[in-house]
Amino acid sequence: MTLQTETVSLPVRAPSRFAWRLAALRSRGFPLIPVLILASVGFVALFANVLAPHNPEVGSLAARFKPPFWQTGGSTKYLLGTDQLGRDVLSRLIFGARVSVVVGFTAVIIAGFVGTALGIISGYLGGWVDQVIMRITDTWLALPALTFAIFLAAITGPSMWNIVIILAITYWTRYARVIRGEVLSLKEREFVRLAIVAGCSKWTIMRRHILPNVLNSAVVLGTLMLGVVIITEATLSFLGVGVPPPQPAWGLMLSDGKQGLMVGYWWLTVFPGVCIMLMVLSANLIGDWLRVKFDPQLRQL
Amino acid sequence: MKQYIARRLGYSLLSLFLLSLTIFFFVRVTGDPAALLVEPGASQDDIAAIHHQFGLDRPLWIQYGLFMVSLLQGDFGQSFYYRVPVFELYLSRLPNSLELAVVAMFLSLVIGIPSGVLASVQVGGFWDSFGKMFSLLGLSLPSFWVGLVLILFFSVYLGWLPSSGSGTPLHLIMPAFALGWYFAAAHMRLTRSSMLEVLGSEYVKLARLKGLPQKLVIAKHAFKNALIPVLTLAGINLVIMVNVAIVVETVFAWPGIGRLLYEGISFRDFPVVQGVVIMGGAMIIVVNFVIDILYAVIDPRIRLEK
Repeated sequence: MTLQTETVSLPVRAPSRFAWRLAALRSRGFPLIPVLILASVGFVALFANVLAPHNPEVGSLAARFKPPFWQTGGSTKYLLGTDQLGRDVLSRLIFGARVSVVVGFTAVIIAGFVGTALGIISGYLGGWVDQVIMRITDTWLALPALTFAIFLAAITGPSMWNIVIILAITYWTRYARVIRGEVLSLKEREFVRLAIVAGCSKWTIMRRHILPNVLNSAVVLGTLMLGVVIITEATLSFLGVGVPPPQPAWGLMLSDGKQGLMVGYWWLTVFPGVCIMLMVLSANLIGDWLRVKFDPQLRQL
Repeated sequence: MKQYIARRLGYSLLSLFLLSLTIFFFVRVTGDPAALLVEPGASQDDIAAIHHQFGLDRPLWIQYGLFMVSLLQGDFGQSFYYRVPVFELYLSRLPNSLELAVVAMFLSLVIGIPSGVLASVQVGGFWDSFGKMFSLLGLSLPSFWVGLVLILFFSVYLGWLPSSGSGTPLHLIMPAFALGWYFAAAHMRLTRSSMLEVLGSEYVKLARLKGLPQKLVIAKHAFKNALIPVLTLAGINLVIMVNVAIVVETVFAWPGIGRLLYEGISFRDFPVVQGVVIMGGAMIIVVNFVIDILYAVIDPRIRLEK
């Protein structure tokens, strides 16, 4: 009888560097779930044509108002049901993500660029330039933002790129205000004075010394604005002055869904709304985290 | 102080002037209102007649001048579509908007203040986390979607509340809730941070040292003082509510100012759009002016700075 000793190799491996990093981030309150949600929305938006089971703009009238697959009358052909034209809700949601992502990010970036630039110029140059820019900013802020956006959208007519420009025109003031305030205190700091003594031109100081110091705030503000911008886009589309039909946008789907609301076709109202909510909620959570991490001064916002 | 008020007043008037200018010219880019007023196939002469009737055939700057002159006399012009003075239309819709805003404000305070106080009493506790969740949801849900879901639940499934229109108190509940939701979250956040500030102050510490029970400290000493900024914000928000209710009014077919503006935009009813937007902007400018003055009265440092 021989004793067989076997060395069992334990299936224990040192956690990979990535996993370890993830865990470390998690412990510092890193909003993992919101980041995953936002990343998957981005992924879905990017590969919408591969992922969507049906054409989002063409439906079959024979299959109108089909409920989701788990309800009686639903089928797995249309997982989340169909709308009043027999279009697949899931496919429209997937392509709708594309609209939200494109509109949301471009509008936030354009508004951020304009607002930050004007905020820096206004704060650093001061004098009459500051007066002019701030008076315009004040007037802008006196307009109810949503009303102003609806007003502009009605003027320009429905189109996705018009909406991007309108949202940027509506929201640049938020950046300008905050960034100007920061620049006012930054420009009294030593390194700026040294740069002046060293003979840097005003533009060089603004670009090389002021801008890098306000970028954090601009990014934090941008993340927080993303939610606002997406809600505004959905609202404009809902009111019929946003993204034009038959393009699939979440706000537009909600507007179409009103037709079936009173007869209880709940899926047309609930699904697009949940998508908007998840995306905005994620953006807000990430923004809050960034705010606490990068910029304690902004916590009061 | 006088100088400060004068300068602030000047800024406010300048803002108002810029606002009127912006709106006036933007509105005229929307398109020709005559095209929507005449019957299809109308001749050029008919359109020209309408242009003449409304004064649209004159140069833009003369139109603006006439508009400003009558505006300064409190005349917003006549609606192209309804053929009645805009101000009359505005006043006929204002009570509806105010009614909605007041009820929404009441709901938002009733929800926001107690939850804010509860959250501040035990930072990091259950109510604090709950409040955080609530305020995040408040900021993340579009008000029109809240309205739609309310209709789905209370009108379609339960059949308790009417889905649209106005007239009875029952009609008010859902629109007021949809509108107040966002503001409830804002009021909760401010109540919480304001309570925390007051709770950390010297006189609250003294009250505690005196041996007052926790409930009394919070109710008598902290709460009253913490309420001041919340009520200030509520005042501003009431004005904002009147002016942002447009989406909620559309969802519930509520005949307020928002509806009026929406109709005005769709019919290219220039005087109505101008009137509603200028009134809304003016309200906000006036509120900002009053707040600036009040703050300067409270804090002399503000009026001394340049």
